[in-house]
Amino acid sequence: MISVHNVSFQYPDGAEVLHDVNLEINDGEFIAIMGENGAGKTTLVKMFNGLLKPTNGSVAVDGVGTDKRSVAQLSRNVGLIFQNPDNQLFAETVEQELGFSLKNFGFSDDVIKKRVSSFLHILDLERYANSSPFVLSGGERKRVALAAILVWDPKHVIMDEPTIGQDYLQKDRLRNFITQLVSQGKTVIIVTHDVEFVAECKPRVILLSHGKIIGDGPATRILTDEKLVKDASLTMPQIASLMNQLTEAGAQHEIIDVYSAEGYLLKKLRAKPVSPLES
Amino acid sequence: MSLRFVQGFKFTKLDSPLHRLDPRSKFILIIGFFVSALMFTNIFVLLVVFFAQVPVVLLAKTVRRWLQSMRGMLVYGGFIFVMNLIFGTALVQAIAFSIRFLGVVSAFSIFFMTTSADDLGLALEKIHAPYSIAFTFTTAVRLVPTMAVDAQTVVDAQRSRGLELDKGNFMKRIRNYVPILIPLIISAIRRSVELAEALEARGFGATEKRTSIVTLKMRPADYAVICATIIGLGIAVYFWLHVPLANPVVPIQLPHFL
Amino acid sequence: MAAISAHNLSFKYAGAREPSMENINISIEKGEFVVLTGPSGCGKTTLCRCLNGLIPNFYSGDLTGELEVDGLNVQGKTTAELSTHIGFVFQNPENQLFSLSVERDVGFGLENLGVPRDEAIERISWAMRATGILELRDKAPYELSGGQQQRAAIAGVIAMHPNILVLDEPTSFLDPKSAEEIVSVLAKLGHDLELTILLVEHRLDIVSRFANRVIVMDEGEIRLDGAPREVYGEQARLIGIGLPRVTMLSHLLRNDGFPIPNPITVEEATNELRQLLK
Repeated sequence: MISVHNVSFQYPDGAEVLHDVNLEINDGEFIAIMGENGAGKTTLVKMFNGLLKPTNGSVAVDGVGTDKRSVAQLSRNVGLIFQNPDNQLFAETVEQELGFSLKNFGFSDDVIKKRVSSFLHILDLERYANSSPFVLSGGERKRVALAAILVWDPKHVIMDEPTIGQDYLQKDRLRNFITQLVSQGKTVIIVTHDVEFVAECKPRVILLSHGKIIGDGPATRILTDEKLVKDASLTMPQIASLMNQLTEAGAQHEIIDVYSAEGYLLKKLRAKPVSPLES
Repeated sequence: MSLRFVQGFKFTKLDSPLHRLDPRSKFILIIGFFVSALMFTNIFVLLVVFFAQVPVVLLAKTVRRWLQSMRGMLVYGGFIFVMNLIFGTALVQAIAFSIRFLGVVSAFSIFFMTTSADDLGLALEKIHAPYSIAFTFTTAVRLVPTMAVDAQTVVDAQRSRGLELDKGNFMKRIRNYVPILIPLIISAIRRSVELAEALEARGFGATEKRTSIVTLKMRPADYAVICATIIGLGIAVYFWLHVPLANPVVPIQLPHFL
Repeated sequence: MAAISAHNLSFKYAGAREPSMENINISIEKGEFVVLTGPSGCGKTTLCRCLNGLIPNFYSGDLTGELEVDGLNVQGKTTAELSTHIGFVFQNPENQLFSLSVERDVGFGLENLGVPRDEAIERISWAMRATGILELRDKAPYELSGGQQQRAAIAGVIAMHPNILVLDEPTSFLDPKSAEEIVSVLAKLGHDLELTILLVEHRLDIVSRFANRVIVMDEGEIRLDGAPREVYGEQARLIGIGLPRVTMLSHLLRNDGFPIPNPITVEEATNELRQLLK
């Protein structure tokens, strides 16, 4: 469980990025933290592994305050995957890259060997085991960075803007992968402003705007709320917009993805001309 | 080892008489202080040279940061003091050398706090340095904050993988910087390639005759400053040549540090 | 006279085993707003680099075929020479900022071209007004948001008066709202200044309403080329590009037996579905 109590954060140069944030994330939840650039999303998640400590309030991970643990200790259970893989790749081979964190955490050599080989397989990187990470394509480097964090099997996984620069197929694969992680019981937190991606994954959505939480609930509820979406400087998923226009004024619906929309519309289309469109 | 003194060399945009000076005249002023400091070894004169900068600092409205950088520099001044003592310099003389060091650093600190990199680049262009040099300089300065952010991100990313920079013996600590340096270098290279592409697309090098939309103009204040510096230096040189007390000759066989 | 005309254009990067781009034949007319899309690695960026001379001057390799841009044969021309004909905006806003003030940044290209000072100052103001950043003129580029930085980049490029504007995934790092703003600014510029625009994008939901033509590449070749409605069909889906969700919905409904045309925007889909539901 990750708990955030009355947390505020101010940078040394005075900019206050988070104001009195309260949040509880249960084990195994799938969460999307959303908001415009500069809303405070990345600042918030950096508190979960201790990189940043709140200037006011407290953050506790699995019952222990983050002020009582080092980043290395917290990282053992909280894996933070940064947006740009080039900010962490440094080893001579992909194998060594994956082994880096395991060495830091004190795993024994044969465990390291087993885990590295296992994750090379899981992320389809086996043929690159002895390649330099720098000669791989952008998408492949992203997978190496992902593997390098998952390899030590953190309980909570945080991905910072995992969809930037990815094409549709890559995002599809990512979505499936996240589903797998969630089914393994991991807490998965993605920081993103990609509403269509979130509409397809349907996590719990936490909306941040100017350092405050302005919305917290299922994606189907949050992303269909026109006012909330506007206040967070996001756009509504196309399907949500479409459904908004098709249903009567004042009526509620919670359809944000293509297949749910299909299902709903099929019912309506097959039921005509008996009933006009209702919510 | 504290790097806080670096703040004393960072430009901030303020509206002060010193900020408004043309970088060329400002530079001449600073050189005036610099040369005066180097000319003398007498502690009283050096103290005068040092404190003569205080009104300039006041005019630059950067008192607090100047004091911070002076405080940060005291360590190095102390180092010079100790080294001089070890090599046999007289106590008072050793203090004088430390003061001279602080005087030089102070002068350049004032210069960099009040002159933007853009202005520096412009000044370099005006004195007909090759444009590529002026541009390299301005770009390097422009990239400093960007690379600082990059460096912090890399440190954060690697710490998130269990890297502990503050643990281990000396050798281990040095090796721990490899996962920091390599991504930094690679990202610096990537950034340079992207910048180079963008430069090409903006016609960099299209013609020899580059124009400039910003111009530097020497104003009466600038000429006044230059005159004052020349007069000041003139007086200093007169003292140096004719007033024996101002320049005790220090035996050269003992090495002494600046 | 076509704005961009390529005939059997192919390119293999030096040291690569296979060509990144093969047998490209396109003709883009003046004033068109073309979206170029395709899965990662399909050759979109390679094609763009050929247009302004970065290939082969900056990136060496084997370039074959013919290419004419703004009426000029690009062979033998440097990127700097081509910069007054074809402007280029890159993906990362940070790495196309050159100066410590927005105004100077926008004027950077003009300084490089040796444009006289008075004319340069006028063009800078005009470009900043056209992109809506006039009030940011004295700010330092790093103080701006990503969207503002990209606008400054666009201003800096149009100040050089090119007839063609190429943008390589300029919205990658921007949030959805800024992305939409940038693309509308582009559409307006394209219309007001009669520019030909080639926009490389993945986010088709944002750009489809403005594009009059979409070109889909895959594995180095052009697979589809036409109006968005024509291109966003089954084949596009199979290639793996991310169609606007309302378009995807219409595909599903069509497969379920309902005759719905191919909407590319929420408005079109709303109208078409309302019709269907009557």
